[in-house]
Amino acid sequence: MKFTEEHEWLRIEGDLVVVGITEYAAEQLGDVVFVELPEPETMVAKGDEVCVIESVKAASDILAPLEGEIVAVNTALTDNPALVNEDPMGDGWFFKVKVDDLGALDSFMDEDEYKDFIE
Amino acid sequence: MDDLLHTPLHELHLELGARMVPFAGYAMPVQYPAGVLAEHRHCRAQAALFDVSHMGQIILGGRGAAEGLEALLPADVQGLAPGRQCYGFLTNADGGIDDDLMIANRGDHLFLVVNAARKASDLAHLQANLTGVEPVTDRALLALQGPGAEAALARLVPDVSALRFMDVAVLEWGDAALWISRSGYTGEDGFEISVPEAQALDLARTLLAQPEVAPAGLGARDSLRLEAGLCLYGHDIDAGTSPVEAGLAWAIRKCRRRGGSRAGGFTGAERILPELEHRPARRRVGLLPEGRAPMREGVALFDARGDGPPAGQITSGGFGPTLARPVAMGYLPAPLAQPGTTVRGDVRGKLLPARVVPLPFHTTTYRK
Repeated sequence: MKFTEEHEWLRIEGDLVVVGITEYAAEQLGDVVFVELPEPETMVAKGDEVCVIESVKAASDILAPLEGEIVAVNTALTDNPALVNEDPMGDGWFFKVKVDDLGALDSFMDEDEYKDFIE
Repeated sequence: MDDLLHTPLHELHLELGARMVPFAGYAMPVQYPAGVLAEHRHCRAQAALFDVSHMGQIILGGRGAAEGLEALLPADVQGLAPGRQCYGFLTNADGGIDDDLMIANRGDHLFLVVNAARKASDLAHLQANLTGVEPVTDRALLALQGPGAEAALARLVPDVSALRFMDVAVLEWGDAALWISRSGYTGEDGFEISVPEAQALDLARTLLAQPEVAPAGLGARDSLRLEAGLCLYGHDIDAGTSPVEAGLAWAIRKCRRRGGSRAGGFTGAERILPELEHRPARRRVGLLPEGRAPMREGVALFDARGDGPPAGQITSGGFGPTLARPVAMGYLPAPLAQPGTTVRGDVRGKLLPARVVPLPFHTTTYRK
């Protein structure tokens, strides 16, 4: 699993990359009450705002960590945004993106580097 | 965070694992580990303890304090019986609100509780116009709110059960004289307790040891007051907002209105008195956004067609945990302010519908 400086985690699943936010990010956000997901089959560029998360405190954006096509979104979050707090690294995933070059993931932090980053 | 003031409960907040934020010059707990939603729900179901020691406590002890205060605000202070409290607002020359506050008649003096961010300016204003104005700087202020508040506090101070909504009393707890009012800022039954600094930690710990009581931070306090339709100064009301626009005319008793025994005679009466008779051009309203996206402070409001310039703005908004949906308050011109009207709010460029509804969102449960 890889991590971004925006506190997203990236997990490779076949030729797809699953994207969510870290436990640390979920805790900082507080209770999530609304998630606006992207449309599937959308092409995104790195850094595009693809999701909005609203917590009890504020709205935050989720940025596309890589260039590619959004092929699936976690529609369970629409009815149950609390999944982001309950299981941020698992059932609280946001979207799956199909990328041309999985090698692009090498530039992101691994778990140890991310732990150092948030300390 | 280093130059922030600490309340007498600071070490308790840290011990409880609170997330501290700067608020009006103080380090204050925005939430504890349970989180805003759980703290909010606990207050509605049982009882929540809030530290509100950042708020200003002021004694008006001079002769004629009630009469003098009536020149600065449109409340019925002279008609306030000993042992009773009322809500009011300091008005300015433009008929706007400089602060909202609680005014208690404690027999030989008045006791005021004002907003933290306004206390220095309120104090200067009061001292410039009245004698015997003394800030209370050696007391903490706790709020115990929720349906279980009476049972919890009565185990320490049995006489609180005799108080009804907006009663005030001085009651003993050990060596401490507690200044208690049956009031709050959550829409629930509950108490605000002014306690000498030296006993504040002990009182807070004793209350938290009661089975009903859990700590709650400023985050839950904000969502609770929003559901109860209560104004937050600097957001829903400010120096440019008149009390009539804000829907607070209920706090201006007949005796201070035209034809009343002490009509007018307060700062800003030139604007406020006519507005009481001719509805103002804009009004504070409740809004239920459709869907799940919250509409927060600053969201521009448009008519149902969504064209033309903005008609108004959200002044407080977020997720209402008790209603399990977004709720908001804002200002709209009179023609759009009727309950049932659909308007549109600009949420990140999308004009989403919201319905105008009467306030409060959550029925209050005061013990009247």
